[in-house]
Amino acid sequence: MDNFNDLMKERSVTYKPAGVGKIYTDPDADKARAYFRDVKPRKMTEKLTTVDKVVKDLIKDGDYLGVGGFGANRIPTAVLHEILRQKKKNLGLAGHTATHDFQILTAGKCIDRCDIAYIIGLEARGLSKVARQAVESGSIDITEWTNAALTWRYKAAAMGVSFLPVRCMLGTDTEKFSASMEMECPFTGAKYLAVPALYPDVGIIHVHRSDVYGNCQIDGIMVADQDLARAAKKLIITTEKLVPNDVIRRDPSRTAIPYYLVDAVIEVPFGCYPGNMAYEYFSDEDHLREWMRVENDPEEFAAFLDRHIYSVKDFNGYLDSIGGMARLQELRNLETLIEK
Amino acid sequence: MEYNDMELMISLASRYLEDDSIVVVGTGAPCAAAMLAQKLYSPRLMIMFEAGGIGPMLPSMPISVGDSRTFYRALAASSMPDIMETCQRGLVDYTFLGGAQIDQYGNINSTMIGKEYNTPKVRFPGSGGANDLGSLCWKTMMITPQDPRRFTEKIDFLTTPGYLTGPGAREEAGLPPGSGPYKVITNLCVIGFDEETKRMKVESMHPGIKKENIIENTGFELLWAEDLGESEPPKKEELKVLRNEVDPYRYIIGRS
Repeated sequence: MDNFNDLMKERSVTYKPAGVGKIYTDPDADKARAYFRDVKPRKMTEKLTTVDKVVKDLIKDGDYLGVGGFGANRIPTAVLHEILRQKKKNLGLAGHTATHDFQILTAGKCIDRCDIAYIIGLEARGLSKVARQAVESGSIDITEWTNAALTWRYKAAAMGVSFLPVRCMLGTDTEKFSASMEMECPFTGAKYLAVPALYPDVGIIHVHRSDVYGNCQIDGIMVADQDLARAAKKLIITTEKLVPNDVIRRDPSRTAIPYYLVDAVIEVPFGCYPGNMAYEYFSDEDHLREWMRVENDPEEFAAFLDRHIYSVKDFNGYLDSIGGMARLQELRNLETLIEK
Repeated sequence: MEYNDMELMISLASRYLEDDSIVVVGTGAPCAAAMLAQKLYSPRLMIMFEAGGIGPMLPSMPISVGDSRTFYRALAASSMPDIMETCQRGLVDYTFLGGAQIDQYGNINSTMIGKEYNTPKVRFPGSGGANDLGSLCWKTMMITPQDPRRFTEKIDFLTTPGYLTGPGAREEAGLPPGSGPYKVITNLCVIGFDEETKRMKVESMHPGIKKENIIENTGFELLWAEDLGESEPPKKEELKVLRNEVDPYRYIIGRS
Protein backbone atom coordinates (compact mmCIF):
# COMPACT_ATOMS: atom_id res chain seq x y z
CA MET A 1 0.00 0.00 0.00
CA ASP A 2 3.05 2.30 0.03
CA ASN A 3 2.43 3.54 -3.46
CA PHE A 4 -1.15 4.21 -2.57
CA ASN A 5 -0.11 6.24 0.48
CA ASP A 6 2.29 8.29 -1.65
CA LEU A 7 -0.49 8.93 -4.08
CA MET A 8 -2.75 10.06 -1.28
CA LYS A 9 -0.19 12.62 -0.12
CA GLU A 10 -0.15 14.25 -3.52
CA ARG A 11 -3.86 14.41 -3.80
CA SER A 12 -6.09 17.10 -2.46
CA VAL A 13 -9.76 17.02 -3.31
CA THR A 14 -10.74 19.62 -5.83
CA TYR A 15 -14.24 20.87 -6.43
CA LYS A 16 -15.42 22.88 -9.35
CA PRO A 17 -18.81 24.42 -9.90
CA ALA A 18 -20.63 22.43 -12.51
CA GLY A 19 -24.04 24.05 -12.63
CA VAL A 20 -25.50 27.54 -12.71
CA GLY A 21 -28.67 26.58 -10.82
CA LYS A 22 -29.65 27.72 -7.36
CA ILE A 23 -29.66 25.71 -4.15
CA TYR A 24 -33.02 26.46 -2.54
CA THR A 25 -32.37 24.72 0.78
CA ASP A 26 -29.41 24.93 3.14
CA PRO A 27 -27.27 21.75 2.84
CA ASP A 28 -25.33 22.53 6.07
CA ALA A 29 -25.38 19.31 8.12
CA ASP A 30 -24.45 21.03 11.38
CA LYS A 31 -27.31 23.50 11.14
CA ALA A 32 -29.60 20.55 10.49
CA ARG A 33 -28.14 18.72 13.50
CA ALA A 34 -28.82 21.75 15.68
CA TYR A 35 -32.40 21.87 14.39
CA PHE A 36 -32.93 18.17 15.06
CA ARG A 37 -31.40 18.60 18.54
CA ASP A 38 -33.38 21.68 19.53
CA VAL A 39 -36.72 21.36 17.76
CA LYS A 40 -37.51 17.74 16.93
CA PRO A 41 -39.42 16.18 19.85
CA ARG A 42 -38.22 12.78 21.07
CA LYS A 43 -41.18 12.03 23.26
CA MET A 44 -43.54 9.36 21.98
CA THR A 45 -46.71 11.37 22.29
CA GLU A 46 -49.99 11.25 20.45
CA LYS A 47 -49.74 13.41 17.32
CA LEU A 48 -53.25 13.20 15.94
CA THR A 49 -54.54 16.32 14.27
CA THR A 50 -56.63 17.38 11.27
CA VAL A 51 -55.61 18.28 7.72
CA ASP A 52 -56.98 21.77 8.15
CA LYS A 53 -55.00 22.38 11.34
CA VAL A 54 -51.76 20.78 10.15
CA VAL A 55 -51.58 22.98 7.06
CA LYS A 56 -52.33 26.04 9.19
CA ASP A 57 -49.76 25.16 11.85
CA LEU A 58 -46.92 23.40 10.06
CA ILE A 59 -46.78 24.89 6.55
CA LYS A 60 -45.80 28.53 6.26
CA ASP A 61 -45.76 30.63 3.12
CA GLY A 62 -42.30 30.27 1.58
CA ASP A 63 -41.62 26.79 2.99
CA TYR A 64 -39.91 24.17 0.83
CA LEU A 65 -41.89 20.92 0.48
CA GLY A 66 -40.93 17.32 -0.18
CA VAL A 67 -43.86 15.15 -1.27
CA GLY A 68 -43.82 11.37 -0.85
CA GLY A 69 -44.95 8.65 -3.23
CA PHE A 70 -44.38 8.62 -6.96
CA GLY A 71 -46.30 11.01 -9.17
CA ALA A 72 -49.88 9.95 -8.65
CA ASN A 73 -49.10 6.87 -6.59
CA ARG A 74 -49.40 7.08 -2.79
CA ILE A 75 -49.37 10.91 -2.77
CA PRO A 76 -50.83 12.91 0.15
CA THR A 77 -53.64 14.48 -1.88
CA ALA A 78 -55.65 15.71 1.12
CA VAL A 79 -52.82 17.94 2.36
CA LEU A 80 -52.08 19.23 -1.16
CA HIS A 81 -55.72 20.28 -1.63
CA GLU A 82 -55.78 21.98 1.75
CA ILE A 83 -52.65 23.95 0.76
CA LEU A 84 -54.74 25.31 -2.14
CA ARG A 85 -57.76 26.07 0.04
CA GLN A 86 -55.60 27.98 2.51
CA LYS A 87 -53.95 29.79 -0.43
CA LYS A 88 -50.39 29.10 0.67
CA LYS A 89 -47.89 31.09 -1.40
CA ASN A 90 -44.28 31.04 -2.57
CA LEU A 91 -43.68 27.43 -1.67
CA GLY A 92 -40.62 25.56 -2.90
CA LEU A 93 -40.94 21.98 -4.16
CA ALA A 94 -38.69 19.01 -4.75
CA GLY A 95 -40.00 18.03 -8.20
CA HIS A 96 -38.96 14.43 -7.68
CA THR A 97 -41.25 12.31 -9.89
CA ALA A 98 -43.81 15.07 -9.39
CA THR A 99 -46.82 14.51 -11.63
CA HIS A 100 -50.31 15.00 -10.20
CA ASP A 101 -48.85 16.61 -7.06
CA PHE A 102 -47.12 19.24 -9.23
CA GLN A 103 -50.31 19.63 -11.24
CA ILE A 104 -52.32 20.35 -8.07
CA LEU A 105 -49.81 22.84 -6.65
CA THR A 106 -49.44 24.76 -9.93
CA ALA A 107 -53.25 24.85 -10.31
CA GLY A 108 -53.30 26.78 -7.03
CA LYS A 109 -50.30 28.93 -8.03
CA CYS A 110 -48.69 27.88 -4.75
CA ILE A 111 -45.07 27.34 -5.80
CA ASP A 112 -42.43 29.82 -6.93
CA ARG A 113 -39.34 27.58 -7.05
CA CYS A 114 -38.72 23.98 -7.93
CA ASP A 115 -35.88 21.48 -8.05
CA ILE A 116 -36.80 19.60 -11.21
CA ALA A 117 -36.28 15.95 -11.88
CA TYR A 118 -39.67 15.26 -13.45
CA ILE A 119 -42.55 17.74 -13.61
CA ILE A 120 -45.46 18.75 -15.89
CA GLY A 121 -46.06 15.27 -17.28
CA LEU A 122 -48.30 12.53 -15.95
CA GLU A 123 -46.21 9.75 -17.45
CA ALA A 124 -48.11 7.73 -20.07
CA ARG A 125 -51.19 9.97 -19.62
CA GLY A 126 -49.63 13.01 -21.29
CA LEU A 127 -48.70 16.54 -20.22
CA SER A 128 -50.58 19.00 -18.01
CA LYS A 129 -51.23 22.22 -19.89
CA VAL A 130 -51.53 24.42 -16.83
CA ALA A 131 -48.39 23.01 -15.19
CA ARG A 132 -46.55 23.46 -18.46
CA GLN A 133 -47.60 27.10 -18.82
CA ALA A 134 -46.51 27.79 -15.24
CA VAL A 135 -42.97 26.72 -16.13
CA GLU A 136 -42.82 28.08 -19.69
CA SER A 137 -43.93 31.54 -18.54
CA GLY A 138 -40.95 31.71 -16.19
CA SER A 139 -43.20 32.20 -13.16
CA ILE A 140 -41.42 29.40 -11.32
CA ASP A 141 -37.70 29.55 -10.60
CA ILE A 142 -36.14 26.21 -11.55
CA THR A 143 -33.00 24.16 -11.10
CA GLU A 144 -32.40 20.96 -13.03
CA TRP A 145 -31.72 17.51 -11.46
CA THR A 146 -32.62 13.88 -12.03
CA ASN A 147 -34.69 11.37 -10.06
CA ALA A 148 -31.57 9.65 -8.72
CA ALA A 149 -29.90 12.99 -7.90
CA LEU A 150 -32.89 14.18 -5.86
CA THR A 151 -33.22 10.76 -4.20
CA TRP A 152 -29.54 10.91 -3.26
CA ARG A 153 -29.88 14.52 -2.08
CA TYR A 154 -32.55 13.27 0.35
CA LYS A 155 -30.23 10.41 1.25
CA ALA A 156 -27.32 12.76 2.04
CA ALA A 157 -29.61 14.69 4.39
CA ALA A 158 -30.91 11.43 5.88
CA MET A 159 -27.28 10.37 6.47
CA GLY A 160 -26.52 13.70 8.14
CA VAL A 161 -23.87 14.76 5.62
CA SER A 162 -23.92 17.88 3.44
CA PHE A 163 -23.36 16.19 0.07
CA LEU A 164 -22.91 12.87 -1.72
CA PRO A 165 -20.68 11.98 -4.68
CA VAL A 166 -22.69 10.45 -7.54
CA ARG A 167 -22.06 9.37 -11.15
CA CYS A 168 -25.13 10.60 -12.99
CA MET A 169 -25.70 13.93 -14.79
CA LEU A 170 -22.02 14.28 -15.76
CA GLY A 171 -21.29 15.80 -19.16
CA THR A 172 -24.84 17.03 -19.83
CA ASP A 173 -26.93 20.22 -19.84
CA THR A 174 -28.83 18.66 -16.94
CA GLU A 175 -25.58 19.07 -15.00
CA LYS A 176 -25.01 22.58 -16.38
CA PHE A 177 -28.39 23.84 -15.11
CA SER A 178 -28.14 22.08 -11.76
CA ALA A 179 -26.45 23.35 -8.61
CA SER A 180 -23.90 20.54 -8.39
CA MET A 181 -20.11 20.56 -8.20
CA GLU A 182 -17.60 18.30 -9.91
CA MET A 183 -15.05 16.70 -7.62
CA GLU A 184 -12.24 14.20 -7.60
CA CYS A 185 -12.30 11.12 -5.40
CA PRO A 186 -9.50 11.52 -2.82
CA PHE A 187 -8.82 7.76 -2.96
CA THR A 188 -8.98 6.86 -6.65
CA GLY A 189 -8.88 10.17 -8.48
CA ALA A 190 -12.12 9.33 -10.27
CA LYS A 191 -14.39 12.20 -11.23
CA TYR A 192 -17.69 12.51 -9.36
CA LEU A 193 -20.57 14.90 -9.16
CA ALA A 194 -21.20 16.28 -5.67
CA VAL A 195 -24.90 16.85 -4.99
CA PRO A 196 -25.93 18.90 -1.97
CA ALA A 197 -28.03 17.48 0.85
CA LEU A 198 -31.71 18.38 0.57
CA TYR A 199 -33.45 19.07 3.87
CA PRO A 200 -37.06 20.09 3.04
CA ASP A 201 -38.80 22.36 5.55
CA VAL A 202 -41.78 20.04 5.44
CA GLY A 203 -42.14 16.47 4.23
CA ILE A 204 -45.63 15.12 3.50
CA ILE A 205 -46.11 11.36 3.11
CA HIS A 206 -49.19 9.16 2.77
CA VAL A 207 -48.83 5.66 4.27
CA HIS A 208 -50.93 2.53 4.65
CA ARG A 209 -50.83 2.33 8.44
CA SER A 210 -49.71 4.50 11.33
CA ASP A 211 -50.26 4.43 15.05
CA VAL A 212 -51.16 7.63 16.92
CA TYR A 213 -47.47 8.32 17.56
CA GLY A 214 -46.46 8.17 13.90
CA ASN A 215 -44.89 4.73 13.63
CA CYS A 216 -45.70 3.91 10.00
CA GLN A 217 -45.94 0.94 7.70
CA ILE A 218 -45.90 1.25 3.89
CA ASP A 219 -46.95 -1.69 1.70
CA GLY A 220 -45.17 -2.17 -1.60
CA ILE A 221 -42.46 0.10 -2.98
CA MET A 222 -40.99 2.81 -0.75
CA VAL A 223 -39.92 5.07 -3.65
CA ALA A 224 -37.69 7.64 -1.81
CA ASP A 225 -39.87 8.00 1.25
CA GLN A 226 -37.60 6.46 3.86
CA ASP A 227 -34.93 9.03 3.02
CA LEU A 228 -37.43 11.87 2.62
CA ALA A 229 -38.89 11.09 6.07
CA ARG A 230 -35.43 11.31 7.61
CA ALA A 231 -34.37 14.41 5.64
CA ALA A 232 -37.46 16.54 6.34
CA LYS A 233 -37.29 19.04 9.19
CA LYS A 234 -41.01 18.64 9.82
CA LEU A 235 -42.91 15.56 8.73
CA ILE A 236 -46.65 15.26 8.17
CA ILE A 237 -48.12 11.77 7.85
CA THR A 238 -51.53 11.02 6.41
CA THR A 239 -52.54 7.40 6.78
CA GLU A 240 -55.18 5.17 5.19
CA LYS A 241 -55.79 3.66 8.60
CA LEU A 242 -54.89 4.40 12.19
CA VAL A 243 -53.85 1.21 13.94
CA PRO A 244 -53.11 0.35 17.58
CA ASN A 245 -49.47 0.56 18.59
CA ASP A 246 -49.61 -3.21 19.04
CA VAL A 247 -49.89 -3.71 15.26
CA ILE A 248 -46.52 -1.98 14.90
CA ARG A 249 -44.88 -3.90 17.77
CA ARG A 250 -46.12 -7.25 16.48
CA ASP A 251 -44.06 -6.85 13.29
CA PRO A 252 -41.33 -4.25 13.84
CA SER A 253 -39.45 -5.24 10.67
CA ARG A 254 -42.24 -3.51 8.75
CA THR A 255 -41.79 -0.05 10.28
CA ALA A 256 -40.71 2.24 7.45
CA ILE A 257 -40.93 5.47 9.44
CA PRO A 258 -40.45 5.50 13.24
CA TYR A 259 -42.40 7.99 15.41
CA TYR A 260 -39.50 10.33 16.26
CA LEU A 261 -39.36 11.52 12.64
CA VAL A 262 -43.03 12.47 12.66
CA ASP A 263 -44.68 15.73 13.74
CA ALA A 264 -48.31 15.09 12.87
CA VAL A 265 -50.57 12.16 12.05
CA ILE A 266 -53.96 12.35 10.32
CA GLU A 267 -56.16 9.45 9.30
CA VAL A 268 -57.36 10.05 5.72
CA PRO A 269 -59.09 7.05 4.14
CA PHE A 270 -58.62 6.98 0.34
CA GLY A 271 -56.05 9.70 1.03
CA CYS A 272 -54.10 9.39 -2.22
CA TYR A 273 -57.18 9.48 -4.49
CA PRO A 274 -57.11 9.98 -7.51
CA GLY A 275 -53.80 8.17 -7.29
CA ASN A 276 -53.06 4.47 -6.93
CA MET A 277 -52.65 3.11 -3.37
CA ALA A 278 -51.01 -0.28 -3.68
CA TYR A 279 -53.23 -3.18 -2.54
CA GLU A 280 -56.05 -0.74 -1.68
CA TYR A 281 -57.39 1.08 -4.76
CA PHE A 282 -56.32 1.87 -8.31
CA SER A 283 -55.93 5.34 -9.80
CA ASP A 284 -59.04 7.09 -11.14
CA GLU A 285 -57.96 7.45 -14.74
CA ASP A 286 -61.29 9.03 -15.74
CA HIS A 287 -60.87 11.82 -13.20
CA LEU A 288 -57.23 12.44 -14.14
CA ARG A 289 -58.21 12.57 -17.83
CA GLU A 290 -61.03 14.98 -17.01
CA TRP A 291 -58.59 17.20 -15.06
CA MET A 292 -56.24 17.34 -18.06
CA ARG A 293 -59.11 18.00 -20.46
CA VAL A 294 -60.60 20.96 -18.57
CA GLU A 295 -57.13 22.55 -18.35
CA ASN A 296 -57.66 23.57 -21.97
CA ASP A 297 -60.35 26.07 -21.02
CA PRO A 298 -59.52 28.50 -18.17
CA GLU A 299 -63.18 29.02 -17.24
CA GLU A 300 -63.99 25.36 -17.24
CA PHE A 301 -60.85 24.67 -15.24
CA ALA A 302 -61.72 27.29 -12.62
CA ALA A 303 -65.17 25.77 -12.24
CA PHE A 304 -63.61 22.31 -11.99
CA LEU A 305 -61.23 23.41 -9.22
CA ASP A 306 -64.06 25.15 -7.45
CA ARG A 307 -66.29 22.09 -7.62
CA HIS A 308 -63.66 19.64 -6.40
CA ILE A 309 -61.37 21.70 -4.15
CA TYR A 310 -62.26 25.29 -3.29
CA SER A 311 -65.98 24.89 -2.58
CA VAL A 312 -65.69 21.68 -0.55
CA LYS A 313 -64.97 21.75 3.15
CA ASP A 314 -62.46 18.94 3.31
CA PHE A 315 -61.13 15.83 1.57
CA ASN A 316 -64.31 13.87 2.23
CA GLY A 317 -66.11 16.62 0.32
CA TYR A 318 -63.78 15.98 -2.61
CA LEU A 319 -64.47 12.25 -2.48
CA ASP A 320 -68.21 12.98 -2.46
CA SER A 321 -67.77 15.28 -5.46
CA ILE A 322 -66.28 12.50 -7.59
CA GLY A 323 -68.98 9.94 -6.88
CA GLY A 324 -68.32 8.99 -3.29
CA MET A 325 -68.17 5.46 -2.00
CA ALA A 326 -69.69 3.91 -5.13
CA ARG A 327 -66.81 5.18 -7.29
CA LEU A 328 -64.21 4.37 -4.64
CA GLN A 329 -65.48 0.83 -4.43
CA GLU A 330 -64.99 0.46 -8.19
CA LEU A 331 -61.41 1.63 -7.80
CA ARG A 332 -60.89 -0.82 -4.92
CA ASN A 333 -62.10 -3.63 -7.15
CA LEU A 334 -59.80 -2.55 -9.98
CA GLU A 335 -56.88 -2.91 -7.58
CA THR A 336 -57.77 -5.98 -5.58
CA LEU A 337 -59.66 -8.14 -8.06
CA ILE A 338 -57.03 -7.80 -10.74
CA GLU A 339 -57.12 -11.54 -11.50
CA LYS A 340 -60.81 -12.08 -10.75
CA MET B 1 -48.71 -11.43 -41.98
CA GLU B 2 -49.82 -7.82 -41.56
CA TYR B 3 -48.24 -5.76 -38.80
CA ASN B 4 -47.85 -2.09 -37.89
CA ASP B 5 -44.75 0.00 -37.05
CA MET B 6 -45.19 -0.34 -33.31
CA GLU B 7 -45.49 -4.12 -33.50
CA LEU B 8 -42.38 -4.23 -35.67
CA MET B 9 -40.32 -2.04 -33.31
CA ILE B 10 -41.40 -3.94 -30.20
CA SER B 11 -40.65 -7.31 -31.82
CA LEU B 12 -37.19 -6.18 -32.94
CA ALA B 13 -36.37 -4.75 -29.51
CA SER B 14 -37.49 -7.91 -27.72
CA ARG B 15 -34.88 -9.98 -29.56
CA TYR B 16 -31.98 -8.03 -28.04
CA LEU B 17 -32.84 -8.77 -24.41
CA GLU B 18 -30.99 -11.96 -23.60
CA ASP B 19 -31.92 -14.39 -20.89
CA ASP B 20 -30.54 -13.93 -17.38
CA SER B 21 -29.90 -10.24 -17.90
CA ILE B 22 -31.38 -7.25 -16.07
CA VAL B 23 -33.37 -4.49 -17.75
CA VAL B 24 -34.87 -1.33 -16.28
CA VAL B 25 -37.91 -0.23 -18.27
CA GLY B 26 -40.51 2.51 -18.24
CA THR B 27 -44.10 2.32 -19.40
CA GLY B 28 -45.15 1.88 -23.01
CA ALA B 29 -43.22 0.21 -25.82
CA PRO B 30 -40.12 -0.70 -23.75
CA CYS B 31 -42.26 -2.47 -21.19
CA ALA B 32 -44.06 -4.32 -23.99
CA ALA B 33 -40.69 -5.35 -25.52
CA ALA B 34 -39.46 -6.68 -22.17
CA MET B 35 -42.71 -8.58 -21.58
CA LEU B 36 -42.56 -10.07 -25.08
CA ALA B 37 -38.92 -11.09 -24.58
CA GLN B 38 -39.82 -12.75 -21.29
CA LYS B 39 -42.65 -14.73 -22.84
CA LEU B 40 -40.77 -15.86 -25.96
CA TYR B 41 -37.02 -15.66 -25.67
CA SER B 42 -35.77 -14.87 -22.19
CA PRO B 43 -38.01 -16.32 -19.48
CA ARG B 44 -35.53 -15.38 -16.78
CA LEU B 45 -35.09 -11.77 -17.94
CA MET B 46 -35.22 -9.64 -14.79
CA ILE B 47 -37.45 -6.59 -15.26
CA MET B 48 -37.02 -3.64 -12.90
CA PHE B 49 -38.82 -0.31 -12.58
CA GLU B 50 -37.08 2.80 -11.29
CA ALA B 51 -39.59 3.42 -8.48
CA GLY B 52 -38.69 0.10 -6.85
CA GLY B 53 -40.48 -2.81 -8.57
CA ILE B 54 -38.19 -5.85 -8.98
CA GLY B 55 -39.17 -8.93 -11.00
CA PRO B 56 -42.98 -8.54 -11.12
CA MET B 57 -45.28 -11.00 -12.84
CA LEU B 58 -46.87 -8.18 -14.81
CA PRO B 59 -50.61 -8.78 -15.04
CA SER B 60 -51.07 -5.94 -17.54
CA MET B 61 -49.36 -2.81 -18.81
CA PRO B 62 -48.47 -0.39 -16.02
CA ILE B 63 -49.74 3.20 -16.41
CA SER B 64 -46.95 4.53 -14.21
CA VAL B 65 -43.48 3.16 -13.44
CA GLY B 66 -44.56 3.34 -9.81
CA ASP B 67 -48.08 1.89 -9.97
CA SER B 68 -48.88 -1.37 -8.20
CA ARG B 69 -48.61 -3.42 -11.41
CA THR B 70 -44.85 -2.80 -11.36
CA PHE B 71 -44.46 -4.92 -8.23
CA TYR B 72 -47.40 -7.29 -8.66
CA ARG B 73 -46.33 -10.72 -7.36
CA ALA B 74 -42.76 -9.39 -7.61
CA LEU B 75 -39.55 -10.72 -6.11
CA ALA B 76 -39.13 -7.47 -4.23
CA ALA B 77 -40.94 -4.20 -3.69
CA SER B 78 -37.93 -2.01 -3.12
CA SER B 79 -37.15 1.68 -3.51
CA MET B 80 -35.88 4.21 -5.99
CA PRO B 81 -32.48 4.62 -4.28
CA ASP B 82 -32.07 0.82 -4.35
CA ILE B 83 -32.77 0.61 -8.10
CA MET B 84 -30.60 3.63 -8.96
CA GLU B 85 -27.75 2.31 -6.79
CA THR B 86 -28.04 -1.08 -8.50
CA CYS B 87 -27.55 0.75 -11.81
CA GLN B 88 -24.61 2.69 -10.38
CA ARG B 89 -22.98 -0.52 -9.06
CA GLY B 90 -22.98 -1.89 -12.62
CA LEU B 91 -25.60 -4.63 -12.32
CA VAL B 92 -28.11 -3.39 -14.88
CA ASP B 93 -27.46 -4.53 -18.45
CA TYR B 94 -30.15 -2.76 -20.45
CA THR B 95 -32.42 0.22 -20.32
CA PHE B 96 -34.78 1.92 -22.76
CA LEU B 97 -35.17 5.68 -23.20
CA GLY B 98 -37.19 8.05 -25.32
CA GLY B 99 -37.03 11.75 -26.07
CA ALA B 100 -38.05 14.70 -28.20
CA GLN B 101 -34.66 14.99 -29.92
CA ILE B 102 -31.65 12.73 -30.44
CA ASP B 103 -28.31 13.46 -32.14
CA GLN B 104 -25.80 11.29 -34.01
CA TYR B 105 -24.02 10.33 -30.75
CA GLY B 106 -27.25 9.18 -29.12
CA ASN B 107 -27.53 12.21 -26.82
CA ILE B 108 -31.17 12.76 -25.88
CA ASN B 109 -33.27 15.83 -25.13
CA SER B 110 -36.37 15.43 -22.97
CA THR B 111 -36.16 18.79 -21.19
CA MET B 112 -37.06 21.67 -23.50
CA ILE B 113 -37.28 23.12 -27.00
CA GLY B 114 -36.03 26.65 -27.47
CA LYS B 115 -32.99 28.81 -26.94
CA GLU B 116 -33.50 30.23 -23.45
CA TYR B 117 -33.52 27.80 -20.55
CA ASN B 118 -35.70 30.04 -18.39
CA THR B 119 -38.26 30.84 -21.08
CA PRO B 120 -38.38 27.75 -23.29
CA LYS B 121 -40.60 27.51 -26.33
CA VAL B 122 -41.80 24.15 -25.07
CA ARG B 123 -41.02 22.66 -21.70
CA PHE B 124 -41.03 18.87 -21.23
CA PRO B 125 -40.94 16.90 -17.98
CA GLY B 126 -37.13 16.83 -17.78
CA SER B 127 -34.82 13.93 -17.05
CA GLY B 128 -36.90 11.99 -14.59
CA GLY B 129 -34.78 8.88 -14.31
CA ALA B 130 -33.61 8.99 -17.94
CA ASN B 131 -30.26 10.68 -17.34
CA ASP B 132 -29.54 8.29 -14.46
CA LEU B 133 -30.36 5.19 -16.49
CA GLY B 134 -28.50 6.45 -19.59
CA SER B 135 -25.49 7.31 -17.41
CA LEU B 136 -25.36 4.16 -15.30
CA CYS B 137 -26.81 1.15 -17.18
CA TRP B 138 -24.46 -0.74 -19.51
CA LYS B 139 -26.48 -0.60 -22.72
CA THR B 140 -29.08 2.02 -23.59
CA MET B 141 -31.70 1.35 -26.24
CA MET B 142 -34.34 3.57 -27.82
CA ILE B 143 -37.63 2.76 -29.52
CA THR B 144 -38.66 5.87 -31.43
CA PRO B 145 -40.28 7.15 -34.60
CA GLN B 146 -37.70 8.59 -37.01
CA ASP B 147 -38.12 12.04 -38.56
CA PRO B 148 -35.74 14.94 -39.28
CA ARG B 149 -36.99 17.07 -36.39
CA ARG B 150 -36.38 14.30 -33.89
CA PHE B 151 -33.11 13.03 -35.40
CA THR B 152 -31.29 16.32 -35.42
CA GLU B 153 -27.75 17.60 -35.78
CA LYS B 154 -27.99 19.81 -32.71
CA ILE B 155 -30.34 19.03 -29.84
CA ASP B 156 -31.66 22.06 -27.91
CA PHE B 157 -30.81 20.60 -24.49
CA LEU B 158 -28.62 17.62 -23.64
CA THR B 159 -30.72 15.88 -20.98
CA THR B 160 -29.28 12.37 -21.12
CA PRO B 161 -25.78 11.45 -22.23
CA GLY B 162 -25.19 9.33 -25.28
CA TYR B 163 -21.58 9.33 -26.42
CA LEU B 164 -21.55 13.14 -25.85
CA THR B 165 -19.03 14.50 -28.41
CA GLY B 166 -17.56 11.18 -29.52
CA PRO B 167 -14.96 8.58 -28.54
CA GLY B 168 -13.70 8.92 -24.97
CA ALA B 169 -16.08 11.77 -24.08
CA ARG B 170 -18.20 9.78 -21.61
CA GLU B 171 -15.11 8.60 -19.75
CA GLU B 172 -13.68 12.12 -19.79
CA ALA B 173 -16.89 13.46 -18.26
CA GLY B 174 -16.63 10.93 -15.45
CA LEU B 175 -19.34 8.53 -16.63
CA PRO B 176 -18.72 4.81 -16.08
CA PRO B 177 -16.43 3.40 -18.80
CA GLY B 178 -17.94 0.85 -21.16
CA SER B 179 -21.50 2.14 -20.88
CA GLY B 180 -23.54 4.00 -23.49
CA PRO B 181 -26.07 3.82 -26.33
CA TYR B 182 -26.47 0.41 -27.94
CA LYS B 183 -29.37 0.29 -30.42
CA VAL B 184 -31.93 2.73 -31.73
CA ILE B 185 -34.96 0.99 -33.15
CA THR B 186 -37.12 3.19 -35.37
CA ASN B 187 -40.03 2.74 -37.72
CA LEU B 188 -37.52 2.68 -40.62
CA CYS B 189 -34.41 0.83 -39.46
CA VAL B 190 -32.23 -0.55 -36.70
CA ILE B 191 -29.30 1.69 -35.84
CA GLY B 192 -26.18 0.78 -33.87
CA PHE B 193 -23.13 2.86 -32.96
CA ASP B 194 -19.84 2.77 -34.84
CA GLU B 195 -17.05 1.38 -32.66
CA GLU B 196 -14.51 3.99 -33.77
CA THR B 197 -16.49 7.21 -34.12
CA LYS B 198 -19.38 6.41 -31.71
CA ARG B 199 -21.73 7.77 -34.39
CA MET B 200 -25.02 6.23 -35.44
CA LYS B 201 -24.66 3.47 -38.02
CA VAL B 202 -27.61 1.88 -39.76
CA GLU B 203 -27.46 -1.91 -39.34
CA SER B 204 -30.61 -3.03 -41.09
CA MET B 205 -33.49 -1.46 -43.01
CA HIS B 206 -37.05 -2.57 -42.44
CA PRO B 207 -38.86 -4.39 -45.26
CA GLY B 208 -39.91 -1.97 -48.00
CA ILE B 209 -37.72 0.87 -46.71
CA LYS B 210 -35.06 2.37 -48.99
CA LYS B 211 -31.88 4.23 -48.08
CA GLU B 212 -33.35 7.53 -49.25
CA ASN B 213 -36.37 7.14 -46.93
CA ILE B 214 -33.97 6.94 -44.01
CA ILE B 215 -31.75 9.79 -45.23
CA GLU B 216 -34.66 12.19 -45.70
CA ASN B 217 -35.90 11.41 -42.20
CA THR B 218 -32.58 12.10 -40.52
CA GLY B 219 -31.16 15.57 -39.78
CA PHE B 220 -27.54 14.43 -39.73
CA GLU B 221 -25.24 12.17 -41.71
CA LEU B 222 -25.61 8.50 -40.90
CA LEU B 223 -23.01 5.77 -41.25
CA TRP B 224 -24.03 2.54 -42.97
CA ALA B 225 -22.97 -0.97 -42.06
CA GLU B 226 -21.09 -2.84 -44.76
CA ASP B 227 -23.35 -5.82 -44.37
CA LEU B 228 -26.48 -3.68 -44.38
CA GLY B 229 -29.35 -6.13 -44.42
CA GLU B 230 -33.09 -6.22 -44.06
CA SER B 231 -34.64 -6.26 -40.59
CA GLU B 232 -36.44 -9.50 -39.90
CA PRO B 233 -40.16 -8.66 -39.71
CA PRO B 234 -42.26 -9.75 -36.72
CA LYS B 235 -42.69 -13.49 -36.56
CA LYS B 236 -46.16 -15.03 -36.32
CA GLU B 237 -45.42 -16.14 -32.79
CA GLU B 238 -44.29 -12.64 -31.76
CA LEU B 239 -47.45 -11.03 -33.08
CA LYS B 240 -49.63 -13.64 -31.46
CA VAL B 241 -48.11 -13.18 -28.01
CA LEU B 242 -47.89 -9.39 -28.38
CA ARG B 243 -51.56 -9.08 -29.39
CA ASN B 244 -53.07 -11.69 -27.11
CA GLU B 245 -50.95 -11.63 -23.98
CA VAL B 246 -48.75 -8.53 -23.78
CA ASP B 247 -51.10 -5.80 -24.98
CA PRO B 248 -54.61 -7.25 -25.47
CA TYR B 249 -56.23 -3.80 -25.16
CA ARG B 250 -53.87 -2.36 -27.78
CA TYR B 251 -52.75 0.48 -25.46
CA ILE B 252 -49.33 0.51 -27.08
CA ILE B 253 -49.62 -1.32 -30.37
CA GLY B 254 -52.80 0.62 -31.16
CA ARG B 255 -50.81 3.89 -31.19
CA SER B 256 -49.10 3.10 -34.46
